[in-house]
Amino acid sequence: MIKKLIFAALLSLPAVAFASSGGLKLDEFKPNVEDKLSLQRGARVFVNYCVNCHSASYMRYSRLQDLGLTEKQIVDNLMVTGEKPVETMTAALRRTDAEAWFGVAPPDLTVIARAKEQGPSWLYTYLRTFYRDPSRPTGWNNLVFSNVGMPHALWEQQGERVAHFRTAKDHDGNTKQIFDQFETTRPGKMTTAEYDSMVKDLVNYLVYMGEPAQTQRKITGIFVIFFLVGLTVLAYFLKKEFWKDIH
Amino acid sequence: MGMLKQLLGWVDDRFPLTATWKQHLSEYYAPKNFNFWYFFGSLALLVLVLQLVTGIFLTMHYKPDASLNAAGVPVAFASVEYIMRDVNWGWLIRYLHATGASMFFVVVYLHMFRGLIYGSYQKPRELIWIFGCFIYVALMAEAFMGYLLPWGQMSFWGAQVIVNLFTAIPFVGEEIGIWIRGDYVISDATLSRFFAFHVAAVPLVLLGLVVMHLVALHEVGSNNPDGIEIKKKKDPETHIPLDGIPFHPYYTVKDIVGVSVFLIVFSVIMFFTPEMGGYFLEANNFVPADPFKTPEHIAPLWYFTAFYSILRAVPPMFDSQFPGVIAMGMAIVVLFLLPWLDKSPVKSIRYRGPIYKWALTLFIASFLILSYLGTLSTTTERTLVAQVCSVIYFLFFILMPWYTRMDKTKPEPERVTA
Repeated sequence: MIKKLIFAALLSLPAVAFASSGGLKLDEFKPNVEDKLSLQRGARVFVNYCVNCHSASYMRYSRLQDLGLTEKQIVDNLMVTGEKPVETMTAALRRTDAEAWFGVAPPDLTVIARAKEQGPSWLYTYLRTFYRDPSRPTGWNNLVFSNVGMPHALWEQQGERVAHFRTAKDHDGNTKQIFDQFETTRPGKMTTAEYDSMVKDLVNYLVYMGEPAQTQRKITGIFVIFFLVGLTVLAYFLKKEFWKDIH
Repeated sequence: MGMLKQLLGWVDDRFPLTATWKQHLSEYYAPKNFNFWYFFGSLALLVLVLQLVTGIFLTMHYKPDASLNAAGVPVAFASVEYIMRDVNWGWLIRYLHATGASMFFVVVYLHMFRGLIYGSYQKPRELIWIFGCFIYVALMAEAFMGYLLPWGQMSFWGAQVIVNLFTAIPFVGEEIGIWIRGDYVISDATLSRFFAFHVAAVPLVLLGLVVMHLVALHEVGSNNPDGIEIKKKKDPETHIPLDGIPFHPYYTVKDIVGVSVFLIVFSVIMFFTPEMGGYFLEANNFVPADPFKTPEHIAPLWYFTAFYSILRAVPPMFDSQFPGVIAMGMAIVVLFLLPWLDKSPVKSIRYRGPIYKWALTLFIASFLILSYLGTLSTTTERTLVAQVCSVIYFLFFILMPWYTRMDKTKPEPERVTA
C-alpha cells in the first residue's frame, strides 16, 4: 500500500510540467525543421528583414548548407552585406545607433526560439499582432509584447491595422482592456493566409537556428537507443546466466 | 600467460593491486537479496564519471568571461553556443553534462530514499550516511556554481538570490556576500571564481568523499532490504557470510543491466527533450545575463526547490530573511542527525510498524509538494501549503525518537529473504 502511494507520488511529479503565459492566448504553432523548403524561405525572410537590425551572432552563413543549399547559393541569395560564408550573421545596424534610436539594442536572435516558454507559438503570435499605436515613439505596438521597442518590420506585407479593445471587469472587479479585434486601415501586399504562411516559415527557421544540431540529435538518439536496447537484452541474459546458481 | 602473471607478481610486490581487487570486488561479499533500489549507488558513480569526463571537454572550449563581445553578448554565454554549434559533437557533450547534472540528483535522491526505507544509516553505518550527506552538500555546491557558468538570466539571478541569502546573516552578512561574490554584485569576478570552484575545488572534494563513502561501506559491509547483518551467519570453514556473494562478478553483471536501462532513460530525455519541459534547461537561461533586468519569476532548478520552498515558507522576522535561511539550513543539517534520531530496533521498512510507514509517506509527500511549489511563484494558499509541508518535513525528524520507539515492529528473519 505504502509502496504504491510512494510510486504514485513519484510518477505524478513530471505531470505537473505546465507553465502559464501572460494574458493573451497564443496561436499555437508546431515547427517542422524537416521541411527544408520552408526553412529556406524562412532564411530568406530572416536575412532580408531581420538582420538589418538583429544579429544572429552564433550562426554562420555556411551552416545554411544544412538547409540543402550550396555555398554558392548561400552567397548569391542569402548574403547581402558582403561577409564571407564562414562569418556569423551580424547586424547592419550599429548597437550604439540602435540604443540611441530605439532606446535598446535589438537582441541577438540566434536562440530566440528557445528563450521563451512555448517559443514557436510566442513568436508566431508576436509577429502577427503588431498594430498602429500613435502613442508609441515608433507608431507601433504589439499584443503579445506590449510597448515593444521594435516597429513592425513586415508591415509592407501585412499592411497597417488598428486594434480595438473593449473594457471588461476581471473577477476582482478591476476594469481591464481586453483585445477585441483588428481593423485594417491599409492593406498589405499579402493576404492574411500568405502572410501567416510567411511567418510560419520565418519561425520555423528561427527554431532551426536556435539549435542547428537538432535533427542530428534526434537521428543520433535513435541509433543510441537501439544500441542500448540490444545491450540491455545481452546484459540481462548475461546476468541470468551468472546468477542461475544463486538461490 | 606466464609473462602476465610474472608482471602481476612484480606489481603486487610493490603495490597491493590483487589485494585491492579482492578486498573491494572479487572478495567483497554483498548480500544476495539486493533489489531495484540498490542500483542507484553504482549509477551515481557512473554519472559522476560522466560529469567529470564531459566537464573536462567542456572546459577546453568554455570561457568564463562576463565581458561583452562585438555583438553585445557576454563571452561566456557565446562560448556555450559556440560549443553547441562549432565544436564537433559539442552539442552532445554539453547536453550530456546538462542532463547529467539533473540525473545526478535523480539518482542521488533515489539512493537516499533507499537509505531511508531500509535503515541503511543505522548502526554500524552512521559514517557512511554522514559521508553521503557531505557528498549531497558538495553536489549542491557543485550544481549551484556550475549553473552560473552559462551566464544566462537564470544563472545570474539565481546566483544573486542564493548569495543574497548569506547577506541576511546578522552583522557580518554584507561582508560575507562581498567575500563570496568578490564584488558588490554578481560579476565577472564571481563567474571566474565559481568556474575555479566548479572545475577544480569541489570535484576534488567530491571524489575524496566518494572514496571515504565506499571505504566505510566496504569496512562494515552493505545493508540489504531485510536490514539484517549477513556477517552474523558465516560459513564455519570459509568464514564467508552464508547470504553473501562476491560483488564481482555477481553485482558487476547485474549493475550492467541497471546501467543499460538507466542510459536508455537518460538518452530518451537527452536526445528528444533536452530541456525536459524547462526543468533541466530553462527558457530564460537562453537569454544572456542582464544585471539591469530582473526576471519576473526567479526559481532555482528543480533539485533545490524543496529547500527554496522552506525558505519562502518562513515569514521574515524583524525585517530579516534570516529565520528562513536558518530553516533552510536546518532542513539539510537535520539529515546528518538521522542515525541518532532513529531508535527503532529494526532497520528495514519490511519489519517496521504502521507509524513509521505513515511518517515516511507523509515526509516523502511533503518533500515532493515542497519541490513542486518551489518552482512556482507564491500565493497566499501556496505559502500556507508550503508551511504545512515544511512543518511535516521537520516533524518527521524531530518526533522520530518517539514514534520509532512506540512503533510496533515485526520480528526480523534470521537469514535474508528472497
